Amino acid sequence: MHELANVDLTSAAGWLPLFFALIMAVSMLAYVILDGYDLGVGILLRETAKLDQKDMMIASIGPFWDANETWLVLGVGVLLVAFPSAHGVILGALYLPVALMLLGLTLRGVAFDFRVKAKTYHRPRWDRAFFAGSLIASWAQGFMLGQLITGFRQDGPGLLFAALIGLCLISAYRLLGAGWLIMKSEGELQRKAVGWAMSSLWLTAAGVLAISIATPWISPEIFDKWFKFPNVLMLLPIPAVTLGLFGVMVRSIRRLPVRLEQGNQYGAEVPFACTVGIFLLSFYGLAYSLFPWLVVDQLTIWKAASSTEALTVIFYGVVVVFPVIVGYTIFAYRIFWGKTRSLSY
Amino acid sequence: MESLDPVLLARIQFAANITFHILFPTISISMGWFLLFFKSRFVATGQQYWMDAYQFWIKMFALTFVLGVVSGITMSFQFGTNWPGFMNAVGNVAGPLLAYEVLTAFFLEATMLGIMLFGRGRVSERTHTIATLLVAIGTTMSAFWILALNSWMHTPAGFEMIDGQAHVTSWFEVIFNPSFPYRFSHMMIASALTGSFFLAGISAYRWLQGDRGRDVMATLRTGVFVAATLIPVQFVVGDSHALNTLEYQPAKIAAMEGIWETQGSVPAIVFAWPDAKTQSNLYEIAIPHLASLYLTHSWSGEVKGIKDFGDKHPPVAPIFWAFRVMVGVGVLMMAVSWWTAFQLRRKKDLSDLNARVLVAMTFAGWVALVAGWYVTEIGRQPWIVYGVLTTAQAASKVPASNIAITLVMYLTMYAALLASYVSVVFYLARKAGSHQTDEHASSPQPPGLGMGQQSAGLRNA
Repeated sequence: MHELANVDLTSAAGWLPLFFALIMAVSMLAYVILDGYDLGVGILLRETAKLDQKDMMIASIGPFWDANETWLVLGVGVLLVAFPSAHGVILGALYLPVALMLLGLTLRGVAFDFRVKAKTYHRPRWDRAFFAGSLIASWAQGFMLGQLITGFRQDGPGLLFAALIGLCLISAYRLLGAGWLIMKSEGELQRKAVGWAMSSLWLTAAGVLAISIATPWISPEIFDKWFKFPNVLMLLPIPAVTLGLFGVMVRSIRRLPVRLEQGNQYGAEVPFACTVGIFLLSFYGLAYSLFPWLVVDQLTIWKAASSTEALTVIFYGVVVVFPVIVGYTIFAYRIFWGKTRSLSY
Repeated sequence: MESLDPVLLARIQFAANITFHILFPTISISMGWFLLFFKSRFVATGQQYWMDAYQFWIKMFALTFVLGVVSGITMSFQFGTNWPGFMNAVGNVAGPLLAYEVLTAFFLEATMLGIMLFGRGRVSERTHTIATLLVAIGTTMSAFWILALNSWMHTPAGFEMIDGQAHVTSWFEVIFNPSFPYRFSHMMIASALTGSFFLAGISAYRWLQGDRGRDVMATLRTGVFVAATLIPVQFVVGDSHALNTLEYQPAKIAAMEGIWETQGSVPAIVFAWPDAKTQSNLYEIAIPHLASLYLTHSWSGEVKGIKDFGDKHPPVAPIFWAFRVMVGVGVLMMAVSWWTAFQLRRKKDLSDLNARVLVAMTFAGWVALVAGWYVTEIGRQPWIVYGVLTTAQAASKVPASNIAITLVMYLTMYAALLASYVSVVFYLARKAGSHQTDEHASSPQPPGLGMGQQSAGLRNA
């Protein structure tokens, strides 16, 4: 860990970049989980032909999606303002997938409103836009993740790996979306969602596995971080718990249809909770691998950080405002707690 | 692709995105306050028609807001992808301002919007009104921070340059930089005017459709009277803004006025064809002394001409024309709003012609607004931060072909979305009049979903 040797964590120039890396990581994680279920629901939209089920699916994410997407703005915003040079390198390398993601997010976002406000015979078209937008944005995000892991390798294998991670992330979001729907809906839609969760499991697991296998091979340093003794023993809980969560989820998904048939909602939160757990652990593993690099083997968080004075100014804002944001976010989720009701205004 | 200039492409792309983006916040900033007004009239008077107005306009608000959100997200990425040199040089100023916008405005408006749109019937009426207020505050806060940054790019203050990087010496001077008070007021009034013409235009459209309920008349009157009151104020604020610009960015004023030579007794040019090659105006029609009078407040005051700025001056023709479009549309908006206000006061009703003119001017605010932004932003060129950093220095090294591909993609998407927006706005106005209930809410639901009656209850609450 030679790049950590010169860092004095008692000085502002030492701990401020660390603080903002943490805020960025938390924002990105919040984004991936929160907008992940939104995008997942969008990806699932074409699995049902029934209009009332489509409406219900979209109603389940209606009050939240906009705020969920704001975590992306915060994450990228922190990258931009706290680590400007890394922002240039990363977004320059990801120029086209970023544009593709923005296209997807735009389509998805506007379709929310247009599908109920445009002429009725246009609705199928906006539903398709909603689906396509969610799919494109998810794939592009997965592609970017793949690129980030390989240190932006633009050759054949690097691009192929990124493209495959894109497919896996689609599946992971689909799983998250299905879990959300199992939790938030009732009746036929809920039973369908159980099936969707089942069919998303394997590709999601493949993605987690692919990233876990690929990451240590990017650089010998990351390899050592994982496989040197005693690290390997202390880190063992991460893959073990991930595996356990997959197991619990499979069991739950197998049991849910019978239970739901009997009108028993017990355990309807389990698939969603397990998926969130898997996302958390994967994210943690990835962060552990990459830290303290923002661009692997090129830029550390300290090298890329803005001036201490600018970070200090933002620091005060974050310390005061961040808890308030978390507070009213929880407030909003509580208002729309429980099974989704039809939404209109 | 080699012949394409990446800096020009990056500028066109950013301009396209920011032009598309600004249309929507401009409406939603003032619409948030209009909605709060409708809601508080309902609470104060108990009259149902104020609630009807609220419920119709909240649909317009939601649609407008969402377009602002998606195009804004694109912008947050393009700051870095298109202008990496900007953040490298002045990130210490721009970064905190942008961060505060996200922290204090974006989350607030996005979260409260969910409660404002869908929360009626789940939270108390009072909480719902507070959510409406917080959305309005959020949109305005957002404008505050971003205009502070934009104004700083025009009239940078409160910093020193060390090794090519800006370091802040006074945050107060950064935020309340010399052009900020003028730009912020000018923009807020522009938002109110755009919003009020939107209100008046759509209400007049409903009126023409035979939909003449009390709610339609109330929103029509709100739009017309707010516009009629604020337009003269806007002219005064705009004039002070121009005087501020004359002090800090004289080249922009010279371009706006089409003044090539430094001279006294400057005429106001009504029409001309500014020619960059010969550095002179063709086909000029001018009123003697007038420009000296309104720029220097003296009969023969001297104004610096374009030629005296060397190569550090903006292109003249686009600024000259955009300025005339802005003022022309402004004058037209004043004439129409005063005429309508007069009609409404005297006859208590509209005439057909009057209503048609209002409909035609539904989006008049947009034209003046975009023209005004072109004046101020093109007028800052070749600088991205006036006197500190040029646009070319801030541009990225992304290949021109990548910028060109994405530019085509963005333009196609924006054209389609703008067309959809305008057509849906008028469709919603027609549908409101036909009194058919929203299909979305009244479509039969299977009992298992447990919401049929609740949804009806929500709608009629």
